[in-house]
Amino acid sequence: MHDPIRLPAVFFRLRARLLAHIDVPLLLIVLALMLCGLATVYSATYDGNNRVFAQFLNMGLGLAVMWAVAQIPPQKLMRLAVPLYVIGVVLLLLVFLVGIRVNGAQRWLSLGFVRIQPSEILKLALPLMLAWYFHKHEATLKARHFVAAALLMLVPLALIAKQPDLGTAILVGAAGFYVIFFSGLPWKAIGVMTLIAGAAAPLLWSHLHDYQRKRILTLIDPTADPLGAGYHIIQSTIAIGSGGAVGKGWLNGTQTHLEFIPERHTDFIFAVFSEEWGLLGNAVLLFLYTLLIARGMMIAGNAPTLFSRAMAGSITLSFFTYIFVNMGMVSGILPVVGVPLPFLSYGGTAIVILCLALGVLMSIQTHRMLVKK
Amino acid sequence: MSLRRPLVNASDNNDRFRFRLAVSMALVLLAFAILLARFVHLQVIQHDYYSTRAENNRISLAPIVPNRGVIVDRNGVVMARNYSAFTLEITPSKVGDLEATIDELSQLVDIQPKDRKRFRKLLEESKTFESLPIRTRLSDEEVARFAANRYRFPGVEVQARLFRQYPLGAVASHAIGYIGRINKRDLEWITENEQLANYKGADHIGKIGLEQKYEFVLHGQSGYEQVEVDAGGRVVRSLSRTSPVDGNNLTLTLDTGLQEIAEKAFGNRRGALVAIEPATGGILALVSTPTYDPNLFIDGIRTDDWEQLNNSPDKPMMNRALNGVYPPGSTFKPFMALAALETGKRTAGQAIFDPGYFNFGTHQFRDDKKGGHGVVDMYKSIVESCDTYYYMLANDMGIESIARFMDQFGFGSRTGIDIEGESVGVLPSPEWKKRRFKRPEQQKWFAGDTVSIGIGQGYNAYTPLQLAQATATLANDGVMYRPHLVRHITDSRTGEKTLIEPQPLRTIPLKPQHIATIKRAMVGVVKEGTGARAFAGAAYESGGKTGTAQVFSLKGEKYEAGRIRERLRDHALYVAFAPADQPKIALAVLVENGGFGAQSAAPIARLVFDYYLLGKAPNGPAPEDASATEEE
Repeated sequence: MHDPIRLPAVFFRLRARLLAHIDVPLLLIVLALMLCGLATVYSATYDGNNRVFAQFLNMGLGLAVMWAVAQIPPQKLMRLAVPLYVIGVVLLLLVFLVGIRVNGAQRWLSLGFVRIQPSEILKLALPLMLAWYFHKHEATLKARHFVAAALLMLVPLALIAKQPDLGTAILVGAAGFYVIFFSGLPWKAIGVMTLIAGAAAPLLWSHLHDYQRKRILTLIDPTADPLGAGYHIIQSTIAIGSGGAVGKGWLNGTQTHLEFIPERHTDFIFAVFSEEWGLLGNAVLLFLYTLLIARGMMIAGNAPTLFSRAMAGSITLSFFTYIFVNMGMVSGILPVVGVPLPFLSYGGTAIVILCLALGVLMSIQTHRMLVKK
Repeated sequence: MSLRRPLVNASDNNDRFRFRLAVSMALVLLAFAILLARFVHLQVIQHDYYSTRAENNRISLAPIVPNRGVIVDRNGVVMARNYSAFTLEITPSKVGDLEATIDELSQLVDIQPKDRKRFRKLLEESKTFESLPIRTRLSDEEVARFAANRYRFPGVEVQARLFRQYPLGAVASHAIGYIGRINKRDLEWITENEQLANYKGADHIGKIGLEQKYEFVLHGQSGYEQVEVDAGGRVVRSLSRTSPVDGNNLTLTLDTGLQEIAEKAFGNRRGALVAIEPATGGILALVSTPTYDPNLFIDGIRTDDWEQLNNSPDKPMMNRALNGVYPPGSTFKPFMALAALETGKRTAGQAIFDPGYFNFGTHQFRDDKKGGHGVVDMYKSIVESCDTYYYMLANDMGIESIARFMDQFGFGSRTGIDIEGESVGVLPSPEWKKRRFKRPEQQKWFAGDTVSIGIGQGYNAYTPLQLAQATATLANDGVMYRPHLVRHITDSRTGEKTLIEPQPLRTIPLKPQHIATIKRAMVGVVKEGTGARAFAGAAYESGGKTGTAQVFSLKGEKYEAGRIRERLRDHALYVAFAPADQPKIALAVLVENGGFGAQSAAPIARLVFDYYLLGKAPNGPAPEDASATEEE
């Protein structure tokens, strides 16, 4: 029935269609990371409510989203910048006015059938908006443009920080700042801002919520409150430290399986990974992340327009920020902030947002020739 | 100003951007290097420390409480044992509303107001993280009902526990004592003895009697189970187990048959009896009546039970054998007579004339017998219990000489019995009086004080145990053994028996013919003297001496019609040994307000001897000989 000669042609066509606008090195790195993620989620949840299949579906959805976004040329993406940003800010305002309060924080918005967290939208919408803005004014970039960009950034940031959600505010702020940085923010201005930030730190401290201050104090001395705020850090550092050079082996982490690690399939998943795979595993994971970032930097370096450069640079450094803040928190050198570890932590929203960003990176990489034409 | 000109000129724009990318990448690598350094620090340098902490997280030592040793009498009759039963226990710190929880529990398990009361009392005495019993001895049905509803009661659990049980109830309770829940004082004592580790998980300890004295022998060695626990403290699995070593068993010198007969012989009279095996010092019976049921104390005594025991005018909690001090009355006379012979103040044949009184200065000391006993030698002085003979003797000997002699028999010093807390009593002497009183005019010893010492009155005050020990020493020809209740200790593992060697305390240098004279006179008491009626028709020869101790102080006692008359009666005493030629048993009996010794104390001794020597079991109180008098 089949024509044996024509099959390869179909196959090649299909492969070509699937891989159209896909950056294969980036894809391979991400697939390797996702594999690590699945193994660790399995270990963290198999003796309870096993989440590995759900995470597998999340990743599938994420990869589909990535593929779809990668097909969109950057110019079209640019057109989404303003509407996305406006929608995001409006939703944040709605959260501020009529949001749902969970555990003392007003972060969610109910749309009747589903709850959404608008601050997640800003993780991409803000850098998009800023990159579009700088791209538009590329030729006549002046100081006032940076001031305007700062305002564009501060409005959503203030709304997110007010919820309060310091973790997301830092991530969104970082993503926005990276765009401004890559758009040419003068070094002098960076220096001045650093000085001002340093001087404002005490002021900021006095505006922090008690639980936020506690997290920072806990970092300095986790043993001060071993069963309260310090518990997370103490248990996760014990998990990492007891993992040793080569780890206790997959599924053999006692800290994990005896439930000493809190949030072990989400924000603290690195403690699970580190306990079971040891320093060796950590080095491999850091190496994979380094490859991810390096590939992102290459894409940014090859990007033809300011928009695509700034976007690629911002996305890449955002990945880094997630990784550093999460690993730093779990290993006890940064305060506890709710940031997932990219491609390892369980969670559909996080995976989809990360894949969206990957899609943007791939779109930038694979559409640059078209732009040059 | 650099900021005023256009910042981006297309040509150098790309280079500038790439420089910034390079700077970023350098920062990324630096940050990752910091992370890697942190991992090396945690996973290589501090690995041992964190491994230990992970192990400590994971592994918990659960103590296993050893079975407490069993106590049996000399014939193997069980006096204290353990049995396993289910208890319903609450850990107060894990329970929000305690009262509401107990209310809800009472719908599943029968919880009486008395159980609540006892629980509240335990709660006051304990730390809130301890697991405290609200109900003990649950029925199987109650256990099943609770198990089905367990999820509703966090912090409430059914535990299989070992309980102490005293199967004979009140019999010998003053000797055995009881165990109770460990309180703060007990904990201090355990800590002082460096036994704290061995008491992890244990919640009972010997409080009094043998249970207390032999606590460390009976308790055993705690075992441990290494268990893996999760973050919630739930046991996941057992890793290793070190079995506990059960406590060692005690075999007593007590004879429960004898003990029961002696206790019953008292009827509802108050008093004490101590029976000793003269050749070893082993105690055959240790009676203090009224007594109490030690089973009441094991899980915290109920308040009303405690009040009843504590407020009773009969003082059932008082161990009269060790802590009651009484003047020995005429039972002191054989010892006085022996002292006279040993010091050379009298010979056996030397006689005095008793007109019925002894004049000392202006004071006249009366004899019980009107008109006196006439010509009285030593034999007659004991057989008929002549007071005048001993007034004179005491006066002739002097207090120092009497005190020196009596000290050898253990009068006025602790016997060293293996139960804590015995009283010292009073062996009167000028030094004692100086120590006892504060005001100088009270401290002086008067020669008149000495006279009544001779008949066992005055300041004389001894415990029934001391009296029994002195009698046993006399029966044993002056060789004194430490009185003891434990005959041997059986190792719970090897079954090896460690005999408690009879410890000779001293051999009093007494001339055999002097001892023989006194013993002969005491046999005379039973044959033809004050003890004759009580021992009429006895199939063995025994020696004894009756005594009557005056109850002189009624100050502070509440007047109660009927009772006052009874409490005014003298205490009745009897000391004895049997068989006379080769004594196997020596005893001292005291009946509070029993009247004359011959009247109520001697008949008790008769029942005890009859059982011990002939195996006769009367099963009832000893008859009172209402017509008995001291001078009979």
